Amino acid sequence: MLGKLSWAAIPFDEPIQMAASLMIIVGVLAVLSLITWKGWWTYLWREWLTSVDHKRIGIMYVLLALVMLLRGFTDAIMMRSQQAIAAGGAQGYLPPEHYDQIFSAHGTIMIFFMAMPFIVGLMNFVVPLQLGVRDVAFPVLNAISFWLTASGALLVNMSLVVGEFARTGWLAYPPLSELPFSPGVGVDYYLWALQISGIGTLLAGINMVTTILKLRAPGMTYMRMPVFGWTALASSMLIVAAFPILTATFGMLLLDRYAGMHFFTNDGGGNLMMYINLIWAWGHPEVYILILPAFGIFSEVIATFSGKALFGYRSMVLATLAICVLSFMVWLHHFFTMGAGADVNAVFGIMSMIIAVPTGVKLFNWLFTLYRGRIRFEVPVLWAIGFMVTFVIGGLTGVLMAVPPVDFVLHNSLFLVAHFHNVIIGGVVFGVMAGYNYWFPKAFGFTLDKRLGAVSFWCWLIGFYLAFMPLYALGLLGMTRRMQHYADMSWQPYLIVAAVGAVVILGGIAATIAQLVVSIRTRESRRDPTGDPWSGRTLEWSTTSPPPAYNFAVLPRVESLDAFWGMKQRGPVVPAERYESIKMPMNSANGFVTAFFAVVTGFALIWHIWWMAILGLACAGLTLLAFGWIERGDHEVSDEQLANAERARLRRMDPA
Amino acid sequence: MPTGEHRPPPHGRFQNCTRLSRSRIFAALVAACLVASCSGAGVLDPQGPVASAERLILLNATAIMLVVVLPVIVLTLAFAWWYRASNARAAYRPDWSYSGRIEFVVWSIPTMVVILLAGVAWTGSHDLDPAHKLQSDVRPIRIEVVSLDWKWLFIYPDEQVAAVNQLVVPTGTPIEFMLTSATVMNSFFVPQLGSQIYTMPGMTTRLNLLAERPGDYPGFSSNFSGDGFSDMRFLVHAVPASEFQSWLARTRDEGSALDAAAYSQLARVGSNAQIQTYSSVDPNLFERIVQQSTGLATSPHKED
Repeated sequence: MLGKLSWAAIPFDEPIQMAASLMIIVGVLAVLSLITWKGWWTYLWREWLTSVDHKRIGIMYVLLALVMLLRGFTDAIMMRSQQAIAAGGAQGYLPPEHYDQIFSAHGTIMIFFMAMPFIVGLMNFVVPLQLGVRDVAFPVLNAISFWLTASGALLVNMSLVVGEFARTGWLAYPPLSELPFSPGVGVDYYLWALQISGIGTLLAGINMVTTILKLRAPGMTYMRMPVFGWTALASSMLIVAAFPILTATFGMLLLDRYAGMHFFTNDGGGNLMMYINLIWAWGHPEVYILILPAFGIFSEVIATFSGKALFGYRSMVLATLAICVLSFMVWLHHFFTMGAGADVNAVFGIMSMIIAVPTGVKLFNWLFTLYRGRIRFEVPVLWAIGFMVTFVIGGLTGVLMAVPPVDFVLHNSLFLVAHFHNVIIGGVVFGVMAGYNYWFPKAFGFTLDKRLGAVSFWCWLIGFYLAFMPLYALGLLGMTRRMQHYADMSWQPYLIVAAVGAVVILGGIAATIAQLVVSIRTRESRRDPTGDPWSGRTLEWSTTSPPPAYNFAVLPRVESLDAFWGMKQRGPVVPAERYESIKMPMNSANGFVTAFFAVVTGFALIWHIWWMAILGLACAGLTLLAFGWIERGDHEVSDEQLANAERARLRRMDPA
Repeated sequence: MPTGEHRPPPHGRFQNCTRLSRSRIFAALVAACLVASCSGAGVLDPQGPVASAERLILLNATAIMLVVVLPVIVLTLAFAWWYRASNARAAYRPDWSYSGRIEFVVWSIPTMVVILLAGVAWTGSHDLDPAHKLQSDVRPIRIEVVSLDWKWLFIYPDEQVAAVNQLVVPTGTPIEFMLTSATVMNSFFVPQLGSQIYTMPGMTTRLNLLAERPGDYPGFSSNFSGDGFSDMRFLVHAVPASEFQSWLARTRDEGSALDAAAYSQLARVGSNAQIQTYSSVDPNLFERIVQQSTGLATSPHKED
């Protein structure tokens, strides 16, 4: 009846896990009862859970990312403290079977449920506004994408309470992830969570590519598109091209585990090398899916706060597309140590280095954007400068490991761990934090506290260097990754420093939360009536903050790059002569309901509860069909409403 | 059954100190807080030609890149400081966003660096291909390596002996490793000797190393392989050729045979990190492990 599920799935004998489970359950119950007590359910359902507004969906993505950052960071702190004490004969406080789950969950959560939703959320919020349009191409699909991603996140967190998570590392290399070596449900949690959220991501990518290619404000030619739009396009094209590989690879591993097939098993003609090739054919583009939009954010931030047009726009676009294409030709550098032979290794090593050329060009162009600018040190620009300094170090160590003989001695070492945290924290996290501080006033109509924002930045920056520079050193000293304990006492001081660094980063996260709370409480004094708090250059700053559901009463006419900057140069904003009514899509529960059944299906498949899996899948399918069938009219915003809203807006901007 | 552990005294540590001093300057730049102590047995303390060549490439490539990276860091900070909004003396050109000359330079600099590094990568990959045999007048020794859950089996096919979690090798002699895994994937790595290589079930990889000086060099698996992974360590004892011969003789005399029963005992899941030697070994054992015809099922990590 319940497959493999029994009371044994609840880890009663593991105090740490039980405490974590309890905290999650209490937390969720507290939030739910608060909503019930305050009577927010109707509001929540109407305005958020069934919203198909790209801005609301973007905000929910970012919220998901911030919550998952806390979860992923809890894992990080546990790993750092474990390694700080488990030296010599000591075993620390986490036994291997628990420690292995923690580093697997940390990587999985940080990439799939922190970095990805953050990036996709910012793209969702910003791209239609920057392109001067009213929504993405497929608004309901957009909601489905988000809720499927959230379903995956939910499944990963359920593994904490019911059962276990994978103990195989964040990419679940076979044969370790095959049934004989990982008989538990951990790998199944991993696979089904990522299959479900992966479909969501793929749909989000398709949506974004269509939006950028087909919906742009009149006059916005490709070469007038903001650089963030270009990076979003490149990133989304990579999603469309790469995520099917991930789905297929996991599909094969699932067939091995569920249907006794032999794609990657030790026996029956399976071959693990195939999995490792396939997973990195997705995995390497994935890192550019994350970093390219971050590059776009930095381009916007540096140009805006330097009060200058971005230097070398065409070079930036070319470099973005070059990275986009090259990112598919380098996957083998993740396993030079597999014995492919000198020619293959050398070719892939050199291809990997070539990516450093367009990336280097980008850095120089940011440098020349700062040059002869008038830089206002608001919080986003702090992140951008911190990024430029930190990222070149990560770039250096990355190119270093692209040299195969160097990789032979640094592969899988803590030097590698330090490298990819250097580019992911120094690049992606700094990027999304810059974007969060930059676009927050657009989303909510008031700015974030500057002082706490700066505290957060400095904690992250200093914490990063404290946490990861020792890991570079340890990699050179010969310490490999994923060690639950180690014999060499001389490594311990470095790991203690790294643990201190993690605590400093925790301070940065706490400052971010404090910044949000303080800013909300003092929001009346930090209102931005203009909609343009930073003296922006692109179209999102031309509408109110927060923008109305339809974004623009009249679609802007684009006549140059940096469209809004050009408009401001040409004179003050005047109300349009005539407004045409707008048709906006109705809310839809499609995404939420489909995702609910996706969770049911995923959970049932993980625990081999076949009847429930079939039922869940059927219900999810029927939901999609039913909602697709129902003819739902759009709702109309009349020209009168538009005129009134615009008049009110202009009055707010200029009370005189 | 387990024989006494053989530990030659470590040699040559103090000479390595001076050898390291030049590289330390670079090391400090690579990882700001690294003050590599002489006992730090890592990739910056090579004990063989492969590791030495790899360290040289590592340092050279780092130096080449620092030529560009350091100025970029300095310029970023300098520009950010000088062009701050409050600095009235700084120039401000809000519309300046293109310069063909600068664009040309900006594309050229990373291109030239990459061309230089590409040369390093190409020659390095070929010279240091793990499968590439080392040039030497000394007759090489063959060693077969098997990763098990969670221990290392080293078979000396020509000498017909085997050892677990200890690898005794003669100094100055090229070592030709043949590697496989009887379980999941691992990676065989001795940082002070150089290149690592994956061990994979059903497949054989090749690796060629050489220990120049006598000493004890830590080795381990550098690819996560399950719960006992952290204990998957071994020591390489590099000893002079004469001492190696006497170790062989002792091992042949003392230990028991690695027959089918002993192997199935050994292959059982667990990280009993005891050092163990075998006086004789089935010459086809390695091949049978690769062919997965040892009669043992691929062992599960957990019995539940």
